[in-house]
Amino acid sequence: MSAATADVATVGHRLALQRRGTVAVLVLVVLLASLRYGDAFYSGINLTSYFDDAVKYSLIALGMTFVIMTGGIDLSVGSVILLAGVAGGLASPYGAVVAVLVGVGTGAAVGAVNGLLIAHSRLEPFVVTLATLLWARGLGLQLADTQTVVYGSGALQSLARDKIFGLTTGFWLMLLLFAIAAVALKYTAWGRTVLAVGDSEESTSLLGVPTRMTKFSVYLLSGALAGLAGVVLGSQTGSVSMDTGVGWELIAVAAVVVGGTLLTGGVGSIGGTLAGLLLLQVIFTIINFENGRGGIEINSYWQNVVRGAFLLVVVLLQTGVGRGRRKAS
Amino acid sequence: MTDPKTEGPLLQMRGVTKSFRGARALDDATMTVGRSQIRALIGQNGAGKSTLIKILTGVYRRDGGEVLLDGRPVDFRSTAEAQAGGVVTIYQEVNLVPKLSVAENIFLGRFPKRRGLVDWATMRAGARDALAKLSLDIDVTRPLGSYRVATQQMTAIARAVSLEARLLVLDEPTSSLAEREVETLFGVMRSLRDSGVSMVFVSHRMDELYEICEDVTVLRDGRTVAEEPLASLNQYELVSKMLGRAAEQVASGARAAARPRQQAEPVLAVSGAASAPRLKDASLAVYAGQVQGVAGLLGSGRSELLRSIFGADPLDGGTVVVSSDAAPIRTPREAIAARLAFLSEDRRAEGIVPHLSVRDNLTLALLPKLTRRGIVDRKRQKQIVTDYIARLGIKAQADQPIVELSGGNQQKVLLARWLATEPAVLLLDEPTRGIDVSAKAEILTLVDKLAADGMGVLLVSSELEEVVSACDDVTVLRDGVSVARVDVERLSEESLMAVMASGEAVPSADSAPNKDKSDD
Repeated sequence: MSAATADVATVGHRLALQRRGTVAVLVLVVLLASLRYGDAFYSGINLTSYFDDAVKYSLIALGMTFVIMTGGIDLSVGSVILLAGVAGGLASPYGAVVAVLVGVGTGAAVGAVNGLLIAHSRLEPFVVTLATLLWARGLGLQLADTQTVVYGSGALQSLARDKIFGLTTGFWLMLLLFAIAAVALKYTAWGRTVLAVGDSEESTSLLGVPTRMTKFSVYLLSGALAGLAGVVLGSQTGSVSMDTGVGWELIAVAAVVVGGTLLTGGVGSIGGTLAGLLLLQVIFTIINFENGRGGIEINSYWQNVVRGAFLLVVVLLQTGVGRGRRKAS
Repeated sequence: MTDPKTEGPLLQMRGVTKSFRGARALDDATMTVGRSQIRALIGQNGAGKSTLIKILTGVYRRDGGEVLLDGRPVDFRSTAEAQAGGVVTIYQEVNLVPKLSVAENIFLGRFPKRRGLVDWATMRAGARDALAKLSLDIDVTRPLGSYRVATQQMTAIARAVSLEARLLVLDEPTSSLAEREVETLFGVMRSLRDSGVSMVFVSHRMDELYEICEDVTVLRDGRTVAEEPLASLNQYELVSKMLGRAAEQVASGARAAARPRQQAEPVLAVSGAASAPRLKDASLAVYAGQVQGVAGLLGSGRSELLRSIFGADPLDGGTVVVSSDAAPIRTPREAIAARLAFLSEDRRAEGIVPHLSVRDNLTLALLPKLTRRGIVDRKRQKQIVTDYIARLGIKAQADQPIVELSGGNQQKVLLARWLATEPAVLLLDEPTRGIDVSAKAEILTLVDKLAADGMGVLLVSSELEEVVSACDDVTVLRDGVSVARVDVERLSEESLMAVMASGEAVPSADSAPNKDKSDD
């Protein structure tokens, strides 16, 4: 009734506000950092590693955005990065195209398994993808024989090395994919259905819309993007080490939430995820930078503490703003 | 043969049967809907109305019998197939997608596209057209959920119209509408009928059936017991067919005199209660042994009053005194400790815990008392549950998930949940909303008995008939202010309506609510 009325009206507003807030904080932090560090902040190494990190997380965060919009979650993406990275690495001697196809194909296959179990067997996304997190990593380690997998030199490396307007090909690839995703969300029936399913799956299916197919598709996409991320990562660093991807799924979830997508589904933004990710990463780059300068001493364990605290603050802001108003019914 | 497209009824369902895990839900159900006809479908909860509708619209598959649309056998396997066949359902709780825009809701599943991409301009224009046919002019880009329920329902109907539905099933569409909104809905239904759309209308409000429907199908225990023109049956005959009882038994008497107050001091005294944004200045008193009613139009602050008494909404001003104890109630926990009980109007969201069993739902508020050293006393729990199932005539097994119960039985479980806490004051917010006539009668009988046993009851209802028959005394709220008190001698639907609409107190010295103020 009117309680729901008020809620719906404010949720959208609140999240839109939050997205603007995220962008504003991002700009502010970058400005402050450049004032404080001057040119050193933009010095090549810093920026490259910053964007490389952003790229590798961004692809899984993008897939995660769609999954979360349907009200689900995909915990398996970190493991899929490893598995697909290994598979792509093993295929890399046959050429860059083969490596990419194998990597993306592996990720998509894992995503399809998730999707089938969730959409058709109606299992809980959390449990299904948790199981996949375990078996995909095990499979990846097995496939690699627990050795670091080296990517053969070739055209693939250009993703990381070649630069256009001073930024890597990988970075532009990321921007392109986000742009396509934003258009797909707003202008395709699929994109609108993703939000509809997340808002009310029951209603959507009663309206005669193929909800299962939609749910299946977001896990397929998430898997494929994680696969791509695995290959991109391998090409960036030239190899895939065995601890690759551990905990990355949570970084992706954090970026999505900070970017103003509702964890329960139905409301979300692609650009928001990108801003959320860049913001989270810029904070860590600054922490690292300060560490390097000896300004502060925070070891890497503390990074996750900061990350967690930051996420909590955002979620508190998200719910706190709404809680001030009372339900009017 | 003549062309079946123009001759004969639009829909014929014959001998339809359906069982769920061995339990017969439908057993020889029949329904015929003519062209350009509005047919009432009635029956108690559990009679099989929902099952029949769901078979018609492809949610369930029937076990036996036949369904003919336009004289041709059909067997819809999904709602999508039913929609393609021109059969669309408007559900009681509007089943659309609240966070998407109005336009998207109308076109979900069939977005207009240009070069493969959603054509927003065409979609918005189409949505505005569809709504204009129902004389509705709203911003179609706003989220559906930001509009009131009545508007959402119109959107659902607009969607059906734009799907070119030939048969519209309206499943209790009026249960959450205010009176004026019901009139608007009926206007739309009539114009749809005149344009050739047939409708099946489900409602528990008898007067509505007579106003809008030509014919009626009555279901009882999964069978069709009557298919007749409405004009041939009066209200009591209709209810008696539904219940399978004699018509004389159905006609209920109105309250002749107030129940006696069992104590001089009110068990609940509210004075000047305010809670932003709706509730401004409400005062009333509830006495042990009496049923105090609250009436008011939608948005008058009825529910807010109960919520703030119970500590579910913050009280910005005024006082609430329970059993002459001036300690403030700030949370539901404190309210329960003060022996208040509150049955919320929103059974689904604020009442039941859907997947828990009847037993767990019933003893939820009681668990702290049932727990010894951290362990629930299962024996006592079982005993209490068995006791209340028998006392309130709840048709369910103790370990059945509560979602499987009919609305009336769910409501009884929730009532039992509170009664088990042995409250001094029972706050009831729309206790009979969305439940069938006989369960409604049972609940009101129970309320009467509780009052007779010494409980104080505060009853909010949007159905004046119910307020009039159940209460000793009614406080009228208007725009968040208690403007009048109507006592049992002057209590009638007309007198209440007059006060609710005009906001003027009945000209009598004792009718001013502020006279009730208790000393604090």
